[in-house]
Amino acid sequence: MRLLIVEDDPTVRNFILKGLRESGHVADEAANGKDGLFLAVSEAYDVIILDRMLPGGIDGLNILETLRAQDNHTPVLVLSALADVDERVAGLKAGSDDYVTKPFAFSELLARVEALGRRSSPENAPRTNIEVGTLSLDLLAREVRRDGKRILVQPREFRLLEFLARHAGQVVTRTMLLEKVWDYHFDPQTNVIDVHVSRLRQKVDKPFERPLIHTVRNAGYILRSDLDEGS
Amino acid sequence: MPPAQAGKAPHRSKGRLRPVMQRLSRHLHQHWPVRSVGLTFAMVYGGVFVVSAIMFLSFTWWNTARLLNDHIEHAITHDASDLLARWATAGSGGLSHALRLRIEQDIGGDAIYLLISPQGQAEGGNIDRWPVQVAGTKRFYQLSLRHGGGEMPVMVHSWALPDGQRLLVGRDVKALPMMRKVMTQAFLWCLLMVVLLALGGALIVQTLFRHMVTAVARTTAAIAEGDLSRRIPLNGSETDLVAVTVNRMLTRIDKLMRGVRQVSNAIAHDLRTPITRARTRLEDAALHAKTTQELHAAIEEAVADCDHITAIFDALLRIAQIEAGARRQAFAPANPTQLLRSLAELYEAVTEDAGLKLLLYVPELPDIVCDQHMVSQAVANLLDNAIKFSPPHGTITLSARLVRQPPGPTGVHARADGPRQALEITVTDAGPGMLPADMARATARFFRAEAARSTPGSGLGLSLVHAIAGLHHGEIRLASGQHGTMDHPLENTRTDPSPATLPALPGLRATLVLPLQAPGDH
Repeated sequence: MRLLIVEDDPTVRNFILKGLRESGHVADEAANGKDGLFLAVSEAYDVIILDRMLPGGIDGLNILETLRAQDNHTPVLVLSALADVDERVAGLKAGSDDYVTKPFAFSELLARVEALGRRSSPENAPRTNIEVGTLSLDLLAREVRRDGKRILVQPREFRLLEFLARHAGQVVTRTMLLEKVWDYHFDPQTNVIDVHVSRLRQKVDKPFERPLIHTVRNAGYILRSDLDEGS
Repeated sequence: MPPAQAGKAPHRSKGRLRPVMQRLSRHLHQHWPVRSVGLTFAMVYGGVFVVSAIMFLSFTWWNTARLLNDHIEHAITHDASDLLARWATAGSGGLSHALRLRIEQDIGGDAIYLLISPQGQAEGGNIDRWPVQVAGTKRFYQLSLRHGGGEMPVMVHSWALPDGQRLLVGRDVKALPMMRKVMTQAFLWCLLMVVLLALGGALIVQTLFRHMVTAVARTTAAIAEGDLSRRIPLNGSETDLVAVTVNRMLTRIDKLMRGVRQVSNAIAHDLRTPITRARTRLEDAALHAKTTQELHAAIEEAVADCDHITAIFDALLRIAQIEAGARRQAFAPANPTQLLRSLAELYEAVTEDAGLKLLLYVPELPDIVCDQHMVSQAVANLLDNAIKFSPPHGTITLSARLVRQPPGPTGVHARADGPRQALEITVTDAGPGMLPADMARATARFFRAEAARSTPGSGLGLSLVHAIAGLHHGEIRLASGQHGTMDHPLENTRTDPSPATLPALPGLRATLVLPLQAPGDH
């Protein structure tokens, strides 16, 4: 993916750049609001990572609002130290697609950036069916089949699996699952998400030879096609 | 009138009147030269007093004058109708005779009569010629006439007789202006007295007002100096309305200040520990790590420590933010039944995994006005705690019910008449419970009971629940569990707990009380 990082702190910026390039992405950088806005409007990016408080008179929300006013729908992830719920709401209202607060774990940022990048791709048209390897989800009948065999899942398990399947091949963090599948925005002290995922595994992976849901250490989970595993 | 119109008419007139009133009051507010409220009150009082006195006196004056006038007019009309009757029975001669008789009998000499022929010659009466002003026969004339000794103010009325004769009947009204003069004088004196009284009253009002405000000002000044324990004394008057509000505000400021102090103490004390740990780990790795593997491990642990510190910071900031009451705009009606069932669904898996049983007693409940995310988080915190402290094979209960809540002692609910309805959400666990002394301190930041020292956590969970309850004008109550004995019948959605499997632990029962409609919210 082609990414733009607008961030004034060089340490954080370089850290993100390095991490993204290691993960195989192409990334441009801007250290202030003016350069950031210039790059954002003149180049085509898959995702823009935007700091909110920037030097140069133009802050992150200004850039975001300018972009959206120009009918530019590039997914934007706001990265900010302003962590209040109200600030988050302000960011989302200004047109951002996701909001990550500092300090952040790189794995979380990467997972969210990749989730956003996928969303912008054309294959994300309304679908009635998702297939990942031997797994297929019928979104209308809410049915799960693997190798043609029907797997019975609870409605919430279906939503969990659907979210994983929509982001197949991408890391999905626990926070993302809690936010997107359950719509909860807090940190449970107990490992609620792990338990739900492990239950899902019992149904989706256990009776079969090769697992689909994999745990990514220090990050979250990934649903990967069992067909091209090893290749 | 149809009801729609009845409702519409006053609304429309109000709509037209309101901007005018607003503009007027704004104008007055901007251009009113007096900056003292006490003086303004006094002036308004004096003004109202004087204006009403003037209105009262003028009304009396005008009424008395009119009464006298009426009296004279009545006498004239009466006299004339008598004379006209005489003319009708006895003709012109009889009338002249009656006139003569009356003039002779009129001792005060204030009656005036004149009868003239169609040609204008006087045929009787006590004045010599017809006054030129008296042309019509429809009304009373007030004029000056030469009569008796000299010029006299008189009131006259004329009648045309069918044969062309004309009759004039009148009364001497020299007493009337005199009367008016006396009355006017008396009223002017009255007015002077009224003005003096108004000034005196205004002075008293101003003094009283200043006295009232001084009590509030003294207290607030003391508070501003830093004495947060002072409160405005209540005296049972209307000023208590202000006093109670200010006192409540002071209590809140006091609480916030204490909270800030407590947070800074807590940060100083409790955050140093994980920071020190992280730092030590990194320094130790930098000095002593032999392999890159060791170094990586140390760094990873330090990162975990940092994450923990961040989590504590976030929780602290969130509590402080909630306690400051900043997040009221997210309040909306939400259904607690759905909310709790959905939370139970999230946590059921964890409890089962931990060998615990989660029982749900949630009947269909009406909507409550709340911040849905906050309430979810509060209940989630309670469930987290319950899971953390329950021994294996224990049972956790999540129940909810409606209760009538008596008016709170803090006065928060005093505005509503009588008890208001509240929602009680209770999480009961089968854990070791809490000492009563600990329960009182459990919601303090970073407080951890001795028994809980070894478990993971920051001691902020209940503080957050407490803050969320406070934001909703509710409260959090802790009590011993007495597991399995529900003191209220509830719709049982699951099987009963089997008491045989329960270990003999007191358990903890945490109840979140939320008013159905938070006071002061719409």
